[in-house]
Amino acid sequence: MTRKSIFALAALAAFGAIAPLGCKPAGKEGAAGSGDTPKTGSSRIVFIPKNMGNPYFEAMEKGFQQASKELGFEFSTTGPAVAEPTAQISYIKDEIQRGATAIVIAANSVDALNGTLDEARAKGIKIITVDSDLTGNETHRDLGVLACDFDTMGDFLIEQMGIIMNYEGKFAILSATTDAPNQNKWIKGMQAAIKNPKYAKMQLVDVVYGDDKDQKSLTEAEALLTKHPDLKGIIAPTTVGVYGCAKAVEQAGVYPGGKNAKGAGVSVIGLGVAKQMQRHLKDGIVPKVFLWDPAEQGYIASYAAVRMAEGKFTPADGATINIPDLPLTKMGDKKVGKNNVLIIGEPVEYNKGNVDKYAGE
Amino acid sequence: MISRIRSRFGPEIVAVVLLLLAFGFSAFREPRFLDAEYLFDRSTLYMEAGILALSMTFVIIAGHIDLSVTSILALVGAICTTLVSKYGLPPVAMIIVAPVVGGALGALNGLLVSKGKLPSLVVTLATMALFRGVAQILLGDHSLPMPKELVGIHKIQLPGTYFHVPMVLLAILAVIAAGVLHRTVWGRWVTALGTNAEAARHAGIPTGKILIQLFTLSGVAAGIGSMLMLSRLGVARFDHARGLELDVITAVVLGGASIFGGRGTIVGTITALGLVGVVQTGMGVAGVKAEVQVAVIGLLLIVSVLFSNFTARKRGR
Repeated sequence: MTRKSIFALAALAAFGAIAPLGCKPAGKEGAAGSGDTPKTGSSRIVFIPKNMGNPYFEAMEKGFQQASKELGFEFSTTGPAVAEPTAQISYIKDEIQRGATAIVIAANSVDALNGTLDEARAKGIKIITVDSDLTGNETHRDLGVLACDFDTMGDFLIEQMGIIMNYEGKFAILSATTDAPNQNKWIKGMQAAIKNPKYAKMQLVDVVYGDDKDQKSLTEAEALLTKHPDLKGIIAPTTVGVYGCAKAVEQAGVYPGGKNAKGAGVSVIGLGVAKQMQRHLKDGIVPKVFLWDPAEQGYIASYAAVRMAEGKFTPADGATINIPDLPLTKMGDKKVGKNNVLIIGEPVEYNKGNVDKYAGE
Repeated sequence: MISRIRSRFGPEIVAVVLLLLAFGFSAFREPRFLDAEYLFDRSTLYMEAGILALSMTFVIIAGHIDLSVTSILALVGAICTTLVSKYGLPPVAMIIVAPVVGGALGALNGLLVSKGKLPSLVVTLATMALFRGVAQILLGDHSLPMPKELVGIHKIQLPGTYFHVPMVLLAILAVIAAGVLHRTVWGRWVTALGTNAEAARHAGIPTGKILIQLFTLSGVAAGIGSMLMLSRLGVARFDHARGLELDVITAVVLGGASIFGGRGTIVGTITALGLVGVVQTGMGVAGVKAEVQVAVIGLLLIVSVLFSNFTARKRGR
C-alpha cells in the first residue's frame, strides 16, 4: 500500500469511529439529566475565582471551607490561570458536567459569560456571583453577593476623611489605574460628596494614579507630599495604593505625630489589607484603613447557595435570609435588594486596636 | 517495524498517537468524560482556534508567523458591531464584511513583510498591539451586542447528530485547506518558500505576492473566526481571544509543522487541535487545576516537537 492510501484509510477509520459518537441515541433527547436523582444533603458547591493563585480569592476560599464544614457540603475551587474575560467558560462547562449544585463565580466579564451561565441554570444549577457582579446582565444569575454598597463608597470615604481632618483642610486621592471601573466610580462619588455643605471647608487638591504598582504608588504619594506641603490627608481606595502612601508618609516623617509633621500631619486612609497594614496601623503611621473581609463574602455566598439548593431561600427583591453570626461580625437577617443583590454591609474598619485580630491568620 | 512506521508516516503521527492515548486515558480515568453531548458542546470552544490554525499552518510552513490574528479577530468584531449599531449596517452583511475587513488588515501585515522587507515576527508583534489598541479605542471597556439573529450558531446541530455548524464549517475548510496545501502549485510554492526563500525566488516563484496572499488569508480566517466567536459569546469586546494566538501556534507546531518552515500538514494541525481539546477537556472534567493543565500542555509540546524532529530527520526532510 502506498502512503497516501494508508492515510486515506486512517482518515476514513477515524471518521468511522467519530461519526456514531456524534449521533444522538434514540430516545435520549429531552430525557437528559432526568436520570440523575437529586442528591439531598450532599450539595456540591464550586467556587470559580477570576483567576487561580490570587491571594484575595484564596482568602475568600477560607470562608467557603468554613461554611462547608459547618453545613456539610462538598466544596471545591477551580478556575483559569489568567483573569481573561472568556477564560472561565470552559470551567463552567466542566462543572456542569461534574454535577455541581451551585456555582459561585467572581465574573471576569459582565456579558461574555451569559450564554454559558444560562446553560448551567437550564440544568438547575444555581449561579451566584460574588465580588464582581454581572452589572446590567443580572438576569443571567440567581443572586449577587457584594461586600458593601459600591454606590455609597465615595460618601463613606469622604465622611471618614472628614472625621479625621475635622472637616477642614486639603486632601488628595491616590487611585489605581485611570481605567479601573470601580476606582472611577468611587472617585466620582467622592467628588460629588464634597459638594455637600458639611464638607465645605475640605478641599480636594489632586487625584493621582499609582497604577496599583508598589513603586509607582510610593513615588506618586511622595510627589503629593512635595507638591502640597499643607496636605492634611490622602485617600487611597486601593490596597496597593494605601500601602504606598503609608510608606511615603513614614519615610518623610509627616504622619500624625511624626518628626516632620506640621500640625496634625498627613493622615492616610483607604482600602487596605489587615495583614499588610498591620505594622503601620500599630505604629500609628496610618490611623485606619477599611476593607471587606473576603472570607466573609465566601461564607455568605455559600450559605445562601446551600439554602437555595435546599429550596429554603429564593432570591427576590425584598426577600430575606438569616445568616448566622461570624466570629468577628454580627450577621442576622439580610435583605435582598434590587436585581437580586445581597449587600453584606459596611466595610470593616481596621485600626490600632483590632488589626491583630484580623491579621491573625 | 518502528523504522517502517517512521518512513511511512510524517511527524503528524506523533499527534495522532498522543490523541488516541489522551482520549483513552481520559475515558478510563473519568467516566463523565465519555458523554457525546458534553464532548461536542465542549468542542465549540475550539472551533475559532481551529480556523485560525488552518491559515497559521500555511503561514508557518512558509517560514513566517502571524501573532496578530487574534487582534484582527477582536478588531473585526469591534468594527462590524459598531457598523451595525451606529451606522445601520444590516446584520446579515456582517458575514461578508467580517472576512473582507479581516483580509484587509491581514494584507497590511503582508505588505509590511513583503514590501517593507521586515521580519513577520516584528511586523505582527507590532500590529498585534496596534489592532488590539484600535479595538479598545472603538469599544473602550464596554461591549457591543451581536445582533440577535446571528447569536448561537454553535447551538445549531445537523439533524439527529451532535455535529454543530462551526464544526462542519471547520471540517469543510480543513478539507479545502488540505487540498490547496498538498495538491496545488500554490501549496507547493508556499512549502518551497519555507524550505529556502532565496532558492524559491531564484526559481521564479513570486515570493512577494505569495507573502501578501498568505497574510491576507490569515486575516480572512480571523474574520471568519470573529463571527463564530461573536455568535458564541453574543458580544464583541476589545479583549476577545487575547492570548489565543499562542494556542493556535501550539496546535500547528504540535501537529508536526516546523517552526522554521518547509514542513507541516493540515491533518497534523487538526489532530493536534483535537489533542489539546481532549487533554484540556479530560483534565477539566476530572477537576485538574488550571496551573497543572497549562504545565501539561507545555510538556506535551516539548515531547511532540522532540519526536517530530526525530521522525522528520529519519525521513530525511
